[in-house]
Amino acid sequence: MNVVVCVKQIPDPADPGALDPDTKTLKRDTKLILDESDSYGVEMALQLVDAAGGGEVTLVSMAPNNEVGGIRTALAMGAAKAILVSDDALQGSDALGTAKVLAAAIGRAEGTDLVITGTESTDGYTGTVPQQVAELLGLPSITFANHIEIGDGKAAVHRQTEHGYDECEVPLPAVVSVTAGVVEPRYPSFKGIMAAKSKPVDELGIADLGIDAAQVGWAGAGQEIVEIEPEPEREAGEIVEDEGDAHERIVAFLDELKVL
Amino acid sequence: MEFTEEHELFRRTVREFVENEMNPHVEKWEEEGGFPAHDLFRRMGDLGLLGVEYDPVYGGGGADHSYTVILGEEVGRTHCGGIPMAISVQTDMATPSLARFGTHELKERFLRPAISGEHVAAIAVTEPDAGSDVAGIRSHAVRDGDEWVINGSKLYITNGTQADWLCALVRTSDEGGYQGMSQVVIPTEVDGVEVSRKLDKLGQRSSDTAELVFDDARVPVANTIGEIGRGFQQQMMQFQNERMIAAYQSVGAMETALERTVVYLKERSVFGRPLIDNQHIQFELADLIADLELVRQFNYAAADAYIRGDDITRFATIAKLKAARTARRVADVCLQFHGGIGYMEETWTARFFRDSRLWSIGGGADEVMLRTLARMDGLGGD
Ligand SMILES: Cc1cc2nc3c(=O)[nH]c(=O)nc-3n(C[C@H](O)[C@H](O)[C@H](O)COP(=O)(O)OP(=O)(O)OC[C@H]3O[C@@H](n4cnc5c(N)ncnc54)[C@H](O)[C@@H]3O)c2cc1C
Ligand SMILES: Cc1cc2nc3c(=O)[nH]c(=O)nc-3n(C[C@H](O)[C@H](O)[C@H](O)COP(=O)(O)OP(=O)(O)OC[C@H]3O[C@@H](n4cnc5c(N)ncnc54)[C@H](O)[C@@H]3O)c2cc1C
Repeated sequence: MNVVVCVKQIPDPADPGALDPDTKTLKRDTKLILDESDSYGVEMALQLVDAAGGGEVTLVSMAPNNEVGGIRTALAMGAAKAILVSDDALQGSDALGTAKVLAAAIGRAEGTDLVITGTESTDGYTGTVPQQVAELLGLPSITFANHIEIGDGKAAVHRQTEHGYDECEVPLPAVVSVTAGVVEPRYPSFKGIMAAKSKPVDELGIADLGIDAAQVGWAGAGQEIVEIEPEPEREAGEIVEDEGDAHERIVAFLDELKVL
Repeated sequence: MEFTEEHELFRRTVREFVENEMNPHVEKWEEEGGFPAHDLFRRMGDLGLLGVEYDPVYGGGGADHSYTVILGEEVGRTHCGGIPMAISVQTDMATPSLARFGTHELKERFLRPAISGEHVAAIAVTEPDAGSDVAGIRSHAVRDGDEWVINGSKLYITNGTQADWLCALVRTSDEGGYQGMSQVVIPTEVDGVEVSRKLDKLGQRSSDTAELVFDDARVPVANTIGEIGRGFQQQMMQFQNERMIAAYQSVGAMETALERTVVYLKERSVFGRPLIDNQHIQFELADLIADLELVRQFNYAAADAYIRGDDITRFATIAKLKAARTARRVADVCLQFHGGIGYMEETWTARFFRDSRLWSIGGGADEVMLRTLARMDGLGGD
């Protein structure tokens, strides 16, 4: 059982930096870390390989400046190796551009049974990359998985819905996006961290993947960010003083919001 | 001290463990006057946090001391002092002598399970009549064939109610003074080892502290750590580890305290502006930040010396003294700038004020550090 996990490396949300007014994108000059959204995919993949009794987890990531900070975390959790695509020409890539690169990189991993992604990243959160990757690879895909079981060349997946989950089945190989919070990502152990140091990270540029620079980056972006503006300040809340009827007024307020 | 990517990953693991597995339980553990040491240590052991420097033969990480520095700093960020103290007893106070001088067999039986977190360990030196002056201890072991028969008592023993074994310093001959002491591993399940009292304390409330009594407790002579009669010297070496880990932890604790205080001072408005906008407050904080940085960098220099294999007595003495004194000031200033709410039990500043006070007493009081330094620098004996 070989699983590829797409892991995005993002600026630390605790210290998120700023938007660049010129490019209207997030500045990514600080150290990047593993997107927490993808730590669930890594954990899920490790558990599946464990349950299968063999095989390995390969990471695929696209990031600027040959950044490996986040990849090392996932390797320390137990992934076996990684493919990292980094190229100046990738600057300005939109979601489809990213998907093209990821699909090509996934193609480099041999004997892949399953591709796991997050449902949406923490910083970009378009939630569109996984389906695009599947389409580009010509693979079936299931989104919002909160449980995966492998058997007989198929994956049985619980697909989270508003009210519960759908039971789906998909032939392998397939692309499955995993919902945040469904497994508890392990902490990288001391031994895992030390072992990660010597795990292979294959660093590639777009030429290595046979990708034309015109297809990706600013040149290839079909999406345009028209405007960015700061988040509006939070308005002061309403204070309900209790004159014996506070509970009724709170219920009325919640009723108005249609949350009851 | 140079930190690599591995150090940073390790720091992240410890920080997240503290934030997710410890901090959410601190209130409860403080209130209950204890924490589930076996459960917590087991989980820390699984992550390799309890024996980063120890020999991989016994399940340790085989790393150098720089990882202990990070472990100390990050564990020190816990929202109380009690749990960090309990952890450092396990990693740097009760086990270094065993790792250094213990036989293979003894390490298999006691070091391995301490590293995995299966056993909780305690260090038993202090007695009712001997704290600062370790040469005053009276607990003694008399040889009977292959066994020591131990009598006496030990006071203020951290992890004392939960420990599976003690690294105890006892007299094994009548030589007196610094002579004739030995370090012996005493399993607490042995007949004649009793917890006579669980002690109530000003702070460190989540850590259990006990008085222990030995009444004809029999343990194999093979439980002696290192050489019979060299216990005092071995314990003095072990104290260096104890003092350094306290200094490392204090850095994490002070750093968190200052961060939390700044957050509060930005929010709290007095005389029409956030408190932090007062230059007086900024300068007080900057002064503490400067002192904290000195302690941190001094720790790093000490750790480098330790890694080189130098005698770090002088380093450990100064680090412990200055870390403790700086922490007392930090705790005082953080509480002060919080005002009334800072004095309230519900605010972390109250706990930090109590907990940080111990650094000037435990592991050798400030005055014991000063005495050591004065003697080293030839200012005269006493
Ligand atoms: C015009 C334009 C220009 C942009 N320029 C830049 C830029 O210069 N630099 C920049 O960093 N971003 C840039 N972005 C943002 C970037 O396009 C998106 O962040 C990226 O395409 C992924 O989309 P997402 O984060 O919304 O992924 P989602 O679809 O929300 O992510 C879902 C899952 O896909 C996988 N995934 C997504 N991205 C990656 C990745 N990079 N590596 C591995 N797996 C991944 C993960 O498993 C993730 O959980 C730009 C966007 C636009 C529209
Ligand atoms: C919460 C807590 C946990 C502890 N955990 C442990 C543990 O796990 N294991 C263990 O063995 N011990 C432990 N201790 C004991 C601790 O190490 C001792 O309390 C400490 O070494 C001081 O000894 P003492 O209490 O006997 O004070 P004393 O030796 O009576 O000294 C009292 C005071 O006198 C002053 N003083 C001492 N010597 C001099 C001098 N030469 N010149 C001037 N002034 C001096 C100091 O200010 C000192 O605080 C713990 C203590 C506490 C409070």
